[in-house]
Order: sequence, then C-alpha cells, then structure tokens
Amino acid sequence: MTTGLFITLLLLLSFLAPFTRKYLRGAAGWIYAIFPLAGLIYYLTLLPAINDGRIILESYRWIDIYGINFSFYIDGFSILFSLIVLGIGTFILIYAGKYMQTYPMQGRFMAYLILFMASMQGVVVSGNLITLFVFWELTSISSYMLIGYYHEKPEARMAALQALLITGFGGLALLGGFILLGIPYGTYELSAIFANPDVIKQSPLYLPALILILIGAFTKSAQFPFHFWLPGAMAAPSPVSAFLHSATMVKAGVFLLARLSPVMGGTELWHVLLTVFGGFTMVAGAWLSITQTDLKRILAYTTVSALGTLVLLIGTGTQYAMNAAIIFLLVHALYKGTLFLMAGNIEKMSGTRDINKLGGLYKSMPFAAIIMTLALVSMAGIPPMLGFIGKELIYESAVFAPTAKYLILIAAFFTNTVLVFLSLRLSLDVFWGHRPAYTKQPYEPYFALLVGPFLLVLGSLLLGLFPKMLAEPLTGSAITAISPGHDAVGLKLWHGLNMALLLSILTLIAGVLAYRFKVVFIGYSGGINVRYFAREFAKGFTSAMDAFLLYTKTQTKRIQHGYHRYYLMTVFTVASVLVWVMIWRTDPIVLELNFSEMPLNLVAVLVLIVAAALSAVVSHSRVIALIAMGVIGFGITIIFIAYSGVDLAITMVMVEVLMVILAVAVLYHLPGYQKYSETGARMRDGLVAALVGSFMMVLVLHAGTSQMGVPISDFFKETSYTEAFGRNIVNVILVDYRALDTLGEITVIAIAALGIFSMIKLTKKVKS
Amino acid sequence: MESVILQIAARHMRPLLVILSLVVLYRGHNEPGGGFIGGLMLGTAYILYAMAFGVAKTQSRFVFSPLNLTALGLLIAVISGLPALIAGAPFMTGGWVTLFADTVMELKLGTPLIFDVGVYLTVAGMLMLVMFSIMEE
Repeated sequence: MTTGLFITLLLLLSFLAPFTRKYLRGAAGWIYAIFPLAGLIYYLTLLPAINDGRIILESYRWIDIYGINFSFYIDGFSILFSLIVLGIGTFILIYAGKYMQTYPMQGRFMAYLILFMASMQGVVVSGNLITLFVFWELTSISSYMLIGYYHEKPEARMAALQALLITGFGGLALLGGFILLGIPYGTYELSAIFANPDVIKQSPLYLPALILILIGAFTKSAQFPFHFWLPGAMAAPSPVSAFLHSATMVKAGVFLLARLSPVMGGTELWHVLLTVFGGFTMVAGAWLSITQTDLKRILAYTTVSALGTLVLLIGTGTQYAMNAAIIFLLVHALYKGTLFLMAGNIEKMSGTRDINKLGGLYKSMPFAAIIMTLALVSMAGIPPMLGFIGKELIYESAVFAPTAKYLILIAAFFTNTVLVFLSLRLSLDVFWGHRPAYTKQPYEPYFALLVGPFLLVLGSLLLGLFPKMLAEPLTGSAITAISPGHDAVGLKLWHGLNMALLLSILTLIAGVLAYRFKVVFIGYSGGINVRYFAREFAKGFTSAMDAFLLYTKTQTKRIQHGYHRYYLMTVFTVASVLVWVMIWRTDPIVLELNFSEMPLNLVAVLVLIVAAALSAVVSHSRVIALIAMGVIGFGITIIFIAYSGVDLAITMVMVEVLMVILAVAVLYHLPGYQKYSETGARMRDGLVAALVGSFMMVLVLHAGTSQMGVPISDFFKETSYTEAFGRNIVNVILVDYRALDTLGEITVIAIAALGIFSMIKLTKKVKS
Repeated sequence: MESVILQIAARHMRPLLVILSLVVLYRGHNEPGGGFIGGLMLGTAYILYAMAFGVAKTQSRFVFSPLNLTALGLLIAVISGLPALIAGAPFMTGGWVTLFADTVMELKLGTPLIFDVGVYLTVAGMLMLVMFSIMEE
C-alpha cells in the first residue's frame, strides 16, 4: 500500500458511501471505519523506518510544465498527524454510524465525513505545495457541507457560509503565498525546499509570502481576529465538531505553520507575529469560554484557546517550545475528540446541552461519567494523564522563552487556570450535584457511542503513564522534523521540583478557587463580557457581507438592465468604434473598387438586396419587413453560389428558412404594429446601424487588399486531404483542425438552447 | 392551423428530409455539407411535422426528447476525442479506418465523423428545443 493509493481509496469510499449506506444499515459506521483503521496500521508499520531517520517520498505526474505534481512527503511529523487524523477518524465513523441513525440522508453525511477525512489526510502527507493547497481547499469545502448539514436551519447555513467565506479567503491568500514561496526555489516540491531552507529568507519575496501564508493559516486555525467562525461551526452534528476540533480543519493551519517553520521560521517577524497573535488568541479563547453555558460552545472556545497556544509555541520556536507544541497537539487531539463526542452523547441521552440544565448524570451513565472526567483530567493537566506532561512542557517553554517571558508566563497561567476551572465545571456540574428534571430519562449511551471516547481517553492515560515506552517513539521524529537541530527532550511524569511544577500546583489551586467561587468568577467575567468580543465580530462580518452584496447588486443592475435592444446597441457600438479607431490609426484606407469584372446578373442581385433593405426599414408591416429580410438573405445566398461558397450558401438557405418559421411562430404573439420610438431614438439607432454597416464594409474591403504573411488557408488546402482525409476544407477545419473550437461552440449552442427553453417554461409557469 | 395539404406534405417530407440530412452529414467531409447543415435539416424535418400536427404529437414520437438529444450530441462529440487520448495523442486528434478498401463499398470512418455526428445531434436538438418551446405557446 502507498499513500497515493490509500487516499484514492478513501475518496472512492466517500463516493460510494451514499449508495452503500442503506444496504449496510447499522453496520455502516463499523465497515467504513475499517478503511482509516487500515491506514492507521499502515502508518504505524512505517514508524520504525521513519524513526531511523528515513523520509518516504512518493510522486505522481500532474502538470509537468509548472512543476506541479501529486507528491507525498512522509516524515515523522506527517506520520504523527496521519495517526491522529486516522485514529480519531476511525472512532468518529463508528460513532457517527450510530449517532446519526435517526437522521435523514446518512449516506450523504458519511460521504462528506469520509471526504473530510481524506482531504485532511491529503494535507498532512502532501509533498508539493500545490497538492497541499488542493487538499486544503477540499477540507474547506467538505467542512462547509458538514457544518451546514442541518440545512433547514438558517443558523447552520449561516455558520457554514461564514466558515467557507473566511477559510476560502484564507485559502486564496495561501495560494498566493505558496506561489511566491515557489518562485525563488523554482519548484513547489517540499523536499527541494527543505533542502535549502534559507533561500526564501534571503529573497525579497519573503515578507509578502510570509504574510499571505500566515493569513491562510490563521483563518484556518481560527486565530484572532478570524476566531469567530469556529464557535459558529458547532452548528454541525457532534461527530463533525469532534473531528473538526480535534484532528482536522482547524489543525491544518497549525500543521502548516509547523511544517513550514524550518523554512519560513526563525526570523524576527515570524517570531513576533506568531507569538502576538497566538498569545492573544490563547487568552481570548480562554476568557470567552468562561461565561458560556452550551457544552459545545464552551469546548469550541477552549479549542480557539488551544490553537492559540499551539501557534504561540511554534512562534517561540525554542527546543522546549517545539517539544511542547507536538506533545500538546497530541494531548489536545485526544481529549478534545473525547469531549465533543461525549457532549454529543449527553445531548442525545438527556435532551439538552445547557450546563445549567444538567447535573447528577452519574447515576444514569456512570461509565460515560468516568470517561469524560478522565478526559477533563487530561485537559486540566493533572497527572497521570498525558495532558500533565503537555502542560509542564508549556510552562518550561514559557520559562525559557527568549523574549517577553513574563507576559507569556502570565498568559499561560491564566489560560491553564481557566482550563482547570472548566474541567471542574464540566465534570462536577454535569455528572454530580443537583439533578434537575430531564425531559427524557437519561441512560447509558450505546456501545458504539462510547467505544471511541473510551479508547481515546485510554490512549491519553497510557501515553501519560508510559511516556518513555509509548509517547517518545510516537513524537520524537515529529519534533526533529519540524525543528531541525533540536532533539526531543525526554518525556516523564516526574520532572523534579522546578519552576514548572510549582506553576502547575499554583494553577490547580487557582482553578479550584475559581470553581469554588464560580458564581463570582463567572459574574465578574460576564461583566466585562463576551459582548465586546465574539458577537461583535460575527455581526461585523455579517454586515460587511451584506454591504458588499448590496454594492454588487447596485452595480449589476446598472450593467445588466435587462433591455435586449440596449445590450445589442452597446455591443455593436463598442465593436465598430474600436475597429474604426484601429483602421484609422494603421494604414490609409485604399478602396480599390473595380466593378468592371462584375457580371451583370450579380449587379442586378445587388440592386435587389439594397432595394429590399430600404423597404424593410421604411415598411409599416411586419410581414413585409420579414419578406424583405428574406430577399436580402437569398440575395446573399446567390452571391455565395456565384463565388462557389456552396457550404455557406446551404447554411444561409437553412438559416433563412428557419428565420421564417421562427417569425411565424412568434408573429402570432406580438401586439399590433405601433410607432413606439421617438424620432430622436430612431436617428440614434440609424447612426449605430450606419456605423456597424460601414465598419463591416471597410473591414471586408481592407481584408481583400492587405496581405499579412502567408495566409493559413494555403496550409489547409495542402494538408486537408493528405493529413485529414477530407476534401471539404471548411468541414475539415470544423471537425478536425479546429475541432476543439467547434466543441466549445456546440456547447455554447446547447447552453443557449437550455436558457431559452427554461426562460419560456418559466414565463409559462408564472402566467399559469 | 389544420391544413390537409401541409399534413400530407409533412408526413411524406419527414423521412425524405431525415435521409437527406444523413446524406449531407456523411458527405460533408469531401463535398459541401456536414454536421451543422445536416443538423439544421433534421431539425427542420420535425419542425415541419410539428407545424402540421402540433408539438405534442411530434414529441410523442421521439425516443429522445430534444433536450436529451442535445445532451447526447455533446456527449458523442466529447467521446469522439477520447480514442486519441487512449492512443497517447492530444485530445481530439483524428483517427481513421477504411472498411472494404478498393471496392465499390469503400467506406472511410474516422473520429472526426463521429464528432460531426455529435454536432449534427446537438444542432438538431437545440433547434427543436427552442422551436418547440416557442411553438407550444
């Protein structure tokens, strides 16, 4: 098995899910989960080789001339991320199979979910910037589908659109950044870029490339001021939130920053931007989570905070910070996946997600209570969970931070205190204490709904208990991959008495105190409140979008006024004026009019045409005007025949016949002949007509006399029969030499026909 | 618009026009003609019929509705470009075979001819689609 094949299989599975779901019934989740599980095992078998320092490269040709390939680059960091994506993905699919059982369109839901997983997996193993971009955009699109899954709810649609617009905007910036990054290297291959990481830093393109890439990463990872889309995204069903927050989507931005940190990182600017934005987001996310009451919303803000922490750590860039980033990434994925899944369980089993309406659930679901509490212990950073090691490392890196040490320490202390507080609240206030009256009797969730959270939390526990044996092999090569020159620091639960431990203890005390006086704490922060932050941003974004739409609507109305005659007039005037200017400025016009060679019968035809044209203009009857137009058409047909343009002549006859049929069909519906236009308007129309007519005439005469190079018709004449086996040059050009043009033309014809068809049908429906 | 003359004429003209359109289509590669003109003729044959007998009756005789005919034509046109891709040549490179060589029945067939069939069907389909929706009013 290879990565390319694996991703193809996942995409195929996503395509097939809507068709297979109904046959698999309840087993669907379990069966689909086999695929990511197989991938998980595959990447685990690669791990020993990777830990020996090998890097696996895989490449498929795509667009050679631009150096764009489907390349995969698998090192320790990709493996770690793949394991997170696929491991959590496996449990999410099992969970979703059961959780969504009563909802409509499950096949489609599964398809989006698998697509989401496949695209995230693509992001983390990409070896080419453009490949990465393609998968990156796929995560945006699939998450749009998933967030807006309850599409009958307006807030779900709104949240989905908001997420798509923000990450889509970031995606565009990212593409620009990637292209700029690729210029000094002359390639988009990551392996080539990693070989000379300093090239970009010496290039003048560094600054714009950095800013664009950061916009991409910050929008995706919900960094301030783009953070507001993430809490909105909890409109999605719980399995999606769990996946989106723990392993996919928002982690893509962090992934990108870490992936590119050997190349783009290490500069003052990188350091400052990441530290400031990450630090601010970390604190703001924690702050905003305090006053929330919706379980999923609380968790969503802690995700914002965690993402800020990760960006801050990557920006700090020291050995400890990079270690902390990787460990915390794993910690967060494990506990956040569990917590969102459990939030879904609680809602399903008790009918509410509001923390004020919950309590005393331990009696009804003891097993669920234990799982969730263990995950919260990890979130609070209490031993023996892996979360403790993660938090210790964060404190270590803050203590050894090169700049703004105390500021970072205070921010980290505050954030962790809030996490302890929230852990206590989410555990004690939900499972113990006063038990309110539930609308439905809560009971222990089904096996499929618990197995995922249980195994994830077990992972947290085991990794925490045996850091040397389990956690180090998993994360060691990931750390060296994103910070070359830095070794992984040894992981252990007991670090000895040091600053970090002291801070941990202080954090716990502060957190417990905050919980003890929670009414005061929440009330106090509520006073300063969310209103200054989150809602204003979301609202500001919405009103900016509305204003933009209004502006475009007014603009469009001015250009797309809906009067066919003015469209025609615009097109004709612009075209003829432009050509007149061109003719005027190039050559003096030489009109070589030579009527002497003209046969007399053609002169007669010409006179007829002119007479018919005149009578069409002055006629007061539609039928007469039509007949006159017909005379013009057939007159031209005769001229075509006289100069042996038989093809054109036949076509012309057909067109004329159809014009008559069309006119007959339409004539019946038209009102009686009236004088609609003013004299002024007629003068204007006459002027436009004269302009167009004269320009065509001059153009044709001019084309006859001027000779620019060898005409291409000679080539066609010579090769038409020998190479394309046809003697009719016109036809050979249409179906062979210029077949692609013709294909485009018949496509346009078909689209135009569809347009006319639906327009007529629509007006009929409106009438009836 | 019930006209016996038109109805009889249309009834007998229709098959003739269809055959004529096919002839025009096939000879197009060497003599004047081709898919576009052929398609217009095919469309005209049925429009004439519809003028005599009404759109509903005409459409009831179709296996493919004009809408599907248009789509089918486009599909055939695109497919005609694929053999070249399989052979490793750029999309839509013409390929030819000669059947019954050096006999009276000699028949040259190639992907450009298939492409022309696509054009033929698309043009006829769009013509009928537009005309029928206008005539149905």
